[in-house]
Amino acid sequence: MSSSRWLAVFAAACVLVLGLAACGGSDSSSSSNTETGSSENGSGGEALSAEVSGEIAGAGSTAQEAAQKAWIAEFENANGSATISYDGVGSGGGREKFIAGAVAFAGSDTPLSEEEGELGKAIKRCGPGELVEVPDYISPIAIVYNLPGVEELKLEPETLAKIFNQEIENWNDPEIEKENPGVELPETRIVPVNRSDESGTTENFTDYLSQIAPSVWTHEVSGEWPVKGGEAASGTSGVIEAVAAGEGAIGYADASQAGELGKALIKVGNTWAEPSPEAAAKVLDLSKEDPELEQGQKNVIAFEIDRKTEASGVYPIILVSSLIGCTKYKSADEAALVKAYFEYATSPEGQELSAEASGAAPLSSALTEKVEAAVGAIE
Amino acid sequence: MSSVDTTTNAGQLLATASGGRRRRGDRIFSNTAVIAAVTILALLVGVAVFLVTEGYPALTASSAELPKGESFLSYVAPLAFGTCLAGVLAMIIAVPLAVAVALFITHIAPARIALTLGFFVDLLAAIPSIIYGLWGIFVLGPAAVPAMKWLEEKLGWIPIFEGPASITGRTMLVVGLVLAVMILPIVSAVAREVFSQTPRKLQEGAQALGATRWEMIRTTVLPFGKSSVISGAMLGLGRALGETMAVAIILSVSGGVTFNLIGQANPSTIAANIALNFPESSGLAINLLIATGLVLFVITLATNFLARMIIARSNAQ
Repeated sequence: MSSSRWLAVFAAACVLVLGLAACGGSDSSSSSNTETGSSENGSGGEALSAEVSGEIAGAGSTAQEAAQKAWIAEFENANGSATISYDGVGSGGGREKFIAGAVAFAGSDTPLSEEEGELGKAIKRCGPGELVEVPDYISPIAIVYNLPGVEELKLEPETLAKIFNQEIENWNDPEIEKENPGVELPETRIVPVNRSDESGTTENFTDYLSQIAPSVWTHEVSGEWPVKGGEAASGTSGVIEAVAAGEGAIGYADASQAGELGKALIKVGNTWAEPSPEAAAKVLDLSKEDPELEQGQKNVIAFEIDRKTEASGVYPIILVSSLIGCTKYKSADEAALVKAYFEYATSPEGQELSAEASGAAPLSSALTEKVEAAVGAIE
Repeated sequence: MSSVDTTTNAGQLLATASGGRRRRGDRIFSNTAVIAAVTILALLVGVAVFLVTEGYPALTASSAELPKGESFLSYVAPLAFGTCLAGVLAMIIAVPLAVAVALFITHIAPARIALTLGFFVDLLAAIPSIIYGLWGIFVLGPAAVPAMKWLEEKLGWIPIFEGPASITGRTMLVVGLVLAVMILPIVSAVAREVFSQTPRKLQEGAQALGATRWEMIRTTVLPFGKSSVISGAMLGLGRALGETMAVAIILSVSGGVTFNLIGQANPSTIAANIALNFPESSGLAINLLIATGLVLFVITLATNFLARMIIARSNAQ
């Protein structure tokens, strides 16, 4: 008798769940209906007024979060009735939200690519308009180390790759000593520190290593650190904290966050380069646009970053983050707002602000022109 | 069966006595109770349904399709191992400590000290896990570095202290300690409750037979509280298995399966792995993470089921 009663309770529970699931289903279908409906009505081509208004939301890369916050504050100051929000959910999350139509724009540390099918989906999302993707945030990634008494550390790319591949195990290894004559290197064990969370910084750093030292670094380029057995810490602040805590540790992190830690000089061509915003910005001037990432989309600017450059005064370990948006939106007001915000972020004033806020490298004037043209396509 | 029948009969008798119908208060009470029970079950079933439907694409995908290029099992196995290792480690440290604290409070300490101490132990439960994480990374981790070096030098022949010792202190051992502190209040609160309910007659009887305080505790208090301590420990284990933020912040996760507790390469736990990788994931990678969540769900259910079985068996004896 009592067991049949429990059965009834369980059945009721299942019914309740199914009911909820049904509600969820109908909810999402109705929202997608309204969306397609209104995008059909979407019209553009309205003349821009000096001041824009409305409300838009963006999401994505945490690397750009500080810069986005600074831009939003200034932008809202200048346009009293405009509200912009940016949610630092991570690049992947931002791209996903953008494709799903949940946000008007996204920030991403890696360009949309066909490999994961995201580029096609993003182009579709923007239909009947076009996709816009422009770099807005360039930042040098510093190689930080903790070796008391060692003021300056020079590393060749191959040596760097071997250190992070755990092939060189002690600081007084002949290979490191050879590059640092006159420096007293201790016998301490080298502890490479990497990110434990998936990140654009890791993706850009592994991309550098695989381009510059393909014989040593045979791992695939990915946002998740490929070498097992190192010290791992979450977030940029976690890496900095771990390197600062452990004598003999070496890690990679956004240069602006390095603080008191030593930053290694990396050999580029015949010179030793240090991570500075100017040296980072120069890399994109030397890089070519990547046709595979652009897929003939005329408002997409995506680079195949030239990590192997030998030019002097250039620091090739950089992170390039982009803004992603569309040329057409549901309403002309929304489009005007996105356009005005993109224009502001990539303008010299906006770039100066992000340099102040987060140590980013301002876009070069040549690149600014290209970006302006792409952003100008927003209707 | 017969006992159930008599109670229903008694209920019917009572109902007839009060005018043929059950009183309104009774009905409201019984309906509310049923609704509450159904809601709990619905939540549980709902979570399970969500995990299965969202995790299904990753469970059925071939290893080439999955983002890591390895099969689901080989992806989740080290994570499940890390989860269990962290949980077991925390239990080994926390349960004896919690039982000792509970005994001290209920049977040894003078009333006033017991009250204050009990209050402070309960306060440990009120500290958010992120604070424990920060404490672990800034205080306990660095402080544990010399201790772990010592363990490596003196006890390195035991595989769990094999080393090389971490230089930052973000190891499985430190995570186990932090988790132990986190679950200590839960386990000790349950133990305290039941120890204080040990029948006085039993305790006095034991002492009348000439038992020392320890013998009295061993022969009356501990056997009386055994099953409750086990269920309290399982509650704590549940929290330790699912703990996310503290583990994600502290642990240096970069190894596969290893029993080495003091090295820099540690297996991650399922919950921490989801927290670390979810923000940058998209598409099938998210399904994969949710599928690992399903595995955690199953592990927790299994431990609880096991605990129920142990309790049922010890009660039967």
